[in-house]
Amino acid sequence: MKRTLTFSAAVSLLAATLPLAAQVPYDRLRQSDAEPGNWLTYSGNYSSHRYSGLNQITAANVGHLRPAWVYQINTTERVEASPLVADGIMYLSEPGGSVTALDTLTGRPLWKYTRTLPKGVRGCCGPVNRGVAILNDTVYVGTYDAHLVALDIKSGIVRWDSEVADPKLGHSITGAPLAIRDKIVVGMAGGEYGVRGFIDAYDAKTGKRAWRFWTVPAAGEPGIETWAGDTAKTGSATTWVTGSYDPDQNIVFWGTGNPGPDWNGDARAGDNLYSDSLVALDGDTGKLKWYFQFTPHDLHDWDATEVPVLADATVRGEKHKVVLFGNRNAFYYVLDRTSGKFLTGRQFAKQSWAKGVDDSGRAVVLPGSSPTTEGAKIYPDLSGGTNWFSPSFSPRANLFFVAARDSAGIYLKGNVEYKPGAQFNGGGQSPVVGEPPIGFIRALDPDTGELKWEFRLHSDANAGVLSTAGNLVFAGTNEGDFFALDALGGRAVWHFQTGAAINANPVSYLSGGKQHIAIASGNSIFAFALDE
Amino acid sequence: MRLACMIFLIALTAMAQPTTDPEYVIPKKNPFATAADLKNGQQLFMGQCARCHGSKGEGGRGAVLAQPRLRHAPDDESLFMVIRDGIKGTEMPAGYAVNTRETWQLTAYVRSLGRMAPETVAGDPKHGQELYRIKGRCAQCHINGGQGGSLGPELTDIGARRSAAHLRAALLDPASTLPEDFLQVRVVTEDSRNITGVRLNEDTFSIQVRDLSGGIHSFLKDDLKELQRDTGKSPMPSFRGTLSASEVDDLVAYLVSLRGNQ
Repeated sequence: MKRTLTFSAAVSLLAATLPLAAQVPYDRLRQSDAEPGNWLTYSGNYSSHRYSGLNQITAANVGHLRPAWVYQINTTERVEASPLVADGIMYLSEPGGSVTALDTLTGRPLWKYTRTLPKGVRGCCGPVNRGVAILNDTVYVGTYDAHLVALDIKSGIVRWDSEVADPKLGHSITGAPLAIRDKIVVGMAGGEYGVRGFIDAYDAKTGKRAWRFWTVPAAGEPGIETWAGDTAKTGSATTWVTGSYDPDQNIVFWGTGNPGPDWNGDARAGDNLYSDSLVALDGDTGKLKWYFQFTPHDLHDWDATEVPVLADATVRGEKHKVVLFGNRNAFYYVLDRTSGKFLTGRQFAKQSWAKGVDDSGRAVVLPGSSPTTEGAKIYPDLSGGTNWFSPSFSPRANLFFVAARDSAGIYLKGNVEYKPGAQFNGGGQSPVVGEPPIGFIRALDPDTGELKWEFRLHSDANAGVLSTAGNLVFAGTNEGDFFALDALGGRAVWHFQTGAAINANPVSYLSGGKQHIAIASGNSIFAFALDE
Repeated sequence: MRLACMIFLIALTAMAQPTTDPEYVIPKKNPFATAADLKNGQQLFMGQCARCHGSKGEGGRGAVLAQPRLRHAPDDESLFMVIRDGIKGTEMPAGYAVNTRETWQLTAYVRSLGRMAPETVAGDPKHGQELYRIKGRCAQCHINGGQGGSLGPELTDIGARRSAAHLRAALLDPASTLPEDFLQVRVVTEDSRNITGVRLNEDTFSIQVRDLSGGIHSFLKDDLKELQRDTGKSPMPSFRGTLSASEVDDLVAYLVSLRGNQ
């Protein structure tokens, strides 16, 4: 009897405290900094700061941080998701494009959408999914079979399902969509299959495509001169990590991936626009406003599919609205986000391929830094100085935090012929025996890229960074440690062993009035809160 | 290209194989075994397999493949599955970066390695067994058929996993054949205890060590006065000078004969 009463009481409590399903209009997304108790977009705000304005958890009390609950996903695939939280409900994407809504008080599922992948889906690296978008009463998810799906926020029932591209040719979606005004912007993957990259926007209500920006030009279009022959047709430049949005200028900022084939550029002489670039697109039309190419004629698979961070910076005494970009090629860039002009940059991770960057931001490439048939040792390895996992910008600490990697690879050049749906690599990369990659959390001066402090990890870095108004930085390790650093000095102040590798980005939100920190590890989501 | 694809040629991580069709009916006979397939299989092998198995399948970190019968893959069908799916509980990953045709081409090439002449091993394995037990005192640190100490690697099927040349090098110059992640460490605790042992595991904040008498310890790094990494050192003594050349031959012959349940 007692047990029944207790359960009934718990149900009543849940019913009383769980709000009605969220309604998240565009204005809430635009002003998300005003409600730090929620996490409404992939990177926490349109500027992609991955910064929480919550300050309940500090260096003084973080020692009391404990798991509040753990949710285990029924999968053996890698979980890279960064969940959203709106009004007490967490929206979590799962491998392949399934979505689960969780009660943030208990971690219990409220609804689930299961994506069943068809036969013949091809993808280089497993059916990961990094997150969802929310707009109004709808949750949006990209799927591994290259569809964009709209789900009712209250039930998870499909409102519409639009095919973005043909998965049999190597297209897939692994990144989170981004909701802007009345559209859902989404990128795609498939850079190892010789696809032609693009960024799409869909009408949020109908699922009809509103615009497409091809990241590789067609014949007669500007930039086609940067591809020899007809190599642009298999130029790749995919767009598999979520970008940022400046609502005042109505500009979408999105990074693009490697040119295809990855490691053999003999046939594709030229800079290969707009591969390895940041593109700035009009939010209404998808028209290109400007671009900046980080790695012209890339031969190392150094996608620029990192998260562009929007901020205000003072460079050489002048204030600018900027994009901060820690790039896989091991250089940090500060760009004017109105014009795309390079303002400053410097290396933030070990590299041996360039003497530096010139006044225009173009790398001065060193001889001997291309792949060879025998194998050439080059820093960084193809995982890069950093990668898809998110950096963080703390306006409070005025620091840019990045999970960095010091690593060398042996780059091999090989022959390759394009076959639809088959991998199109042209070589490969092997590790340097006896010299494993080492990861760091590095804090940079956002205006200059100057290193302020670093925290060395035991091994490689494969997880993103969250900073908070409590002046903490949260990050994870390959060995499963989820940890907190003092944001100002980089001193470790807390750690928890999750039991599996962490390949995801942390988020923070309020539940029951308490600040929580959540991170995916292995096949699970851990939610932490203070136990006091 | 995304992060995981960076491991395209490294293939260290067991991941899903997106090109795998779970309903693919695996034929008993390799459908891609022409000379051209074999050549392509060799190229794939050099890129994806040779780092662990040796360029001629002579073994190393991975199993010896240049032998007529492979323990986990007695026929083409099972070899295809091993290459496609990996071997659970071992370091052999799924071949996620190769498609079905390429997996068959690898199968053809690996099978061809087994048709090469077997390695000639001089020495008397029976005498080697005696050396193993008495003069070498190998059982003090190695388990063989369920018997022995656990400080060193198990040797029950070492002959199926390592070449004679590799085993000879391990006996004469143990440091030259250490596994990639092997590390001997010395720690000094807050209460000034000195412990030397083999690292079992390590992360950013902690380290676990098996000491030379088999005791297991776990330390938070912040609690240690000193943590010294003896990279490239092995607790195993060299048998150079301890065993004669013919005794080394005999011991190698015995180790090569250890095939587990094969």
